Amino acid sequence: MSSIQSGEIAYNRFMKILIIEDDRETAEYLQKAFAEAGHTVHIAGDGETGFALADAGEYDVMVVDRMMPRRDGLSVIAELRSRGNTTPALILSALGQVDDRVTGLRAGGDDYLTKPYAFSELLARVEVLDRRAGAKESETVYHVGDLELDRLSHSVRRATVEIILQPREFRLLEYLMRHAGQVVTRTMLLENVWDYHFDPQTNVIDVHVSRLRGKIEKGFDKPILHTVRGAGYMLKA
Amino acid sequence: MALSLPAIMKTTAARLSALYLLLFALCAMLLVFYMTSLSVRMLMTQTQETINDEVLGLAHAYQRGGLPMLVRVVEQRSHQPGANLYLIAGVNGEILTGNVQSLEPGVLETDGWTKRPFTYRRFGEGELERLRSEGTGPGQAEQENAVQDDDKRHNAIAVVLRLPNRMIMLVGRDLGEPERFRDIVRRALVLALGMMAIGGLLIWFLVGRAALRRIDNVSQASRRIMGGDLSGRLPVTGAGDEFDRLAENLNAMLARIATLNEGLKQVSDNIAHDLKTPLTRLRNRAEATLAGKHKVADYREALEATIGESDQLIKTFNAILMISRMEAGHSSESMVLVDLAATVHDVVELYEPAAEEAGVTLEASADESLSVNGNRELIGQALTNIVDNAIKYSTDSTQNPSVRVVLEKTAGEIRLTVSDNGHGIPDEADRARATERFVRLEKSRSQPGSGLGLSLAKAIMKFHNGRLDLLPGDPGLSVVMSFPERQDD
Repeated sequence: MSSIQSGEIAYNRFMKILIIEDDRETAEYLQKAFAEAGHTVHIAGDGETGFALADAGEYDVMVVDRMMPRRDGLSVIAELRSRGNTTPALILSALGQVDDRVTGLRAGGDDYLTKPYAFSELLARVEVLDRRAGAKESETVYHVGDLELDRLSHSVRRATVEIILQPREFRLLEYLMRHAGQVVTRTMLLENVWDYHFDPQTNVIDVHVSRLRGKIEKGFDKPILHTVRGAGYMLKA
Repeated sequence: MALSLPAIMKTTAARLSALYLLLFALCAMLLVFYMTSLSVRMLMTQTQETINDEVLGLAHAYQRGGLPMLVRVVEQRSHQPGANLYLIAGVNGEILTGNVQSLEPGVLETDGWTKRPFTYRRFGEGELERLRSEGTGPGQAEQENAVQDDDKRHNAIAVVLRLPNRMIMLVGRDLGEPERFRDIVRRALVLALGMMAIGGLLIWFLVGRAALRRIDNVSQASRRIMGGDLSGRLPVTGAGDEFDRLAENLNAMLARIATLNEGLKQVSDNIAHDLKTPLTRLRNRAEATLAGKHKVADYREALEATIGESDQLIKTFNAILMISRMEAGHSSESMVLVDLAATVHDVVELYEPAAEEAGVTLEASADESLSVNGNRELIGQALTNIVDNAIKYSTDSTQNPSVRVVLEKTAGEIRLTVSDNGHGIPDEADRARATERFVRLEKSRSQPGSGLGLSLAKAIMKFHNGRLDLLPGDPGLSVVMSFPERQDD
């Protein structure tokens, strides 16, 4: 078992992020925080500017506030999508109901985060959205160090040892491996592995992860599934 | 409150009354018209029958004594008071005898019924008596009397007949009597209707004003209440009429609003406490860390604690928002068919490792066929909160701690029961309070949590038209989520 401070690990590649947010202070705080994580950030103070920037520039991810004066975030994303712009978009919103989330995703958003949120959560989600890292979707076999997961035969092995996993553990590991080297939060795991979008009350996810960790690390010297304090988990060789 | 006429006319009561009055007047006019025409027709028939009888009598006389007899009878009859109209004319229409004095030209040329003004001599009863007592010759008096009457043409109905010898006979009857009768009936009816209309208006004015006054009372009372006095109530007279019913319903609504208001106040108090306490802690920690000289590790630790505390605050805040949204209303938009059995398996699977780590046996038995109309996320979250609680509180069990989730169908309901074998909540009042917002029973203070888990579950059940009940277990506590059975469309 290993523990990493969230500040100590840096995402292995830097992104160009567009933040469309009408609250100047929030935007600047986000810019600073993303910059500390190594990313470049451009800010648009309203929907119109945001649309123009996103339409012209090449961004890896955009973070869009849902409610803005002049033009709301959803219409910006919807119009970008209709013009063939596929830049991954994360919607920030004060509206957190299931219906609101569905509307947001239907408008073309790729992820939805309700205010207030922890920056570590936002950072993790933005890094996972990075489109150039999303190529793994098509791979049938994931590798992280000596850990190997075959999506077709549903088999997992580390070095030469076959590891038997429960179906849910398999999906958990699959998600972690797809985003290897990236921080994955507990809510992201609950969303993507269990398909529930609420805050897990207690440490349920932690227990699942530590079970999985037991199976993939037991008998091996090198830790591979790391806990990122204050943020979540990361699979990294 | 005095109302001016335009103001009165603006009231619904006045408009309705005006409409009724109009309709009533219309009906009354129809009635008068109908009644009078009916009575006139009846009198006319009667008159015609009288004339027919007369003609029969005269025909009898003619048969017995020929023309002289007829003439005698006619003369005799036409001198009686209130006599009918009689006329015997020659073949060419020249008047021979009778009390008819002049005729419009052409009247005698067609046989049968005719109705027109005639000039005829009338001999009043009083007139005759006066003449007799004065000893004057009747002929003279007749002459005078007739002259007096000559100016007047009387509307009469008459029948024209031809005698066997081609002479013409006319028998008729004055219509003055039936017409006067018709006028009397009409006048009486108009008078009666007029009085009824005036009476109606008077009654409406009195009753309507009383109603208006009561409505004004209600308006005033509601203005007072709107002014902020939520304890105020509308006046109920005890008459049990519709105004009382309205006032009672409005009062019930006010009571409900007052309860909600009270609840809101309590919630804001609770929010103040449950959010302010951690916020204060947060602030104090930051201040304390800044004040002293510390190692970098200390700063890091303080900041991490701060983040942890903030996360907890965010969770609490989200839960509060969600409960308000749930309680605000029922939305069918996001309602789909939810496989409850799958939800049970999902949640149990999610909690199984955590339960095992806590030394709690978590079991489930689910009727696989059961589903409800609802929101999978919300139901999942409610069940998660309940199972989470059950695991927490079963650990103080004296036996092997265990939590059981049972999904079954009972009469008209689908019940999802989560029971633990911990100490439970023995006191009924405590059980009722446990689902209130921010209520954390004494024993649970040591456990982590916001005190919102069960409140949220309750709000979610309400959102699904269901119930959340806390029942005593033996031992422990059973939390029952009851869904109404799905209506198949």
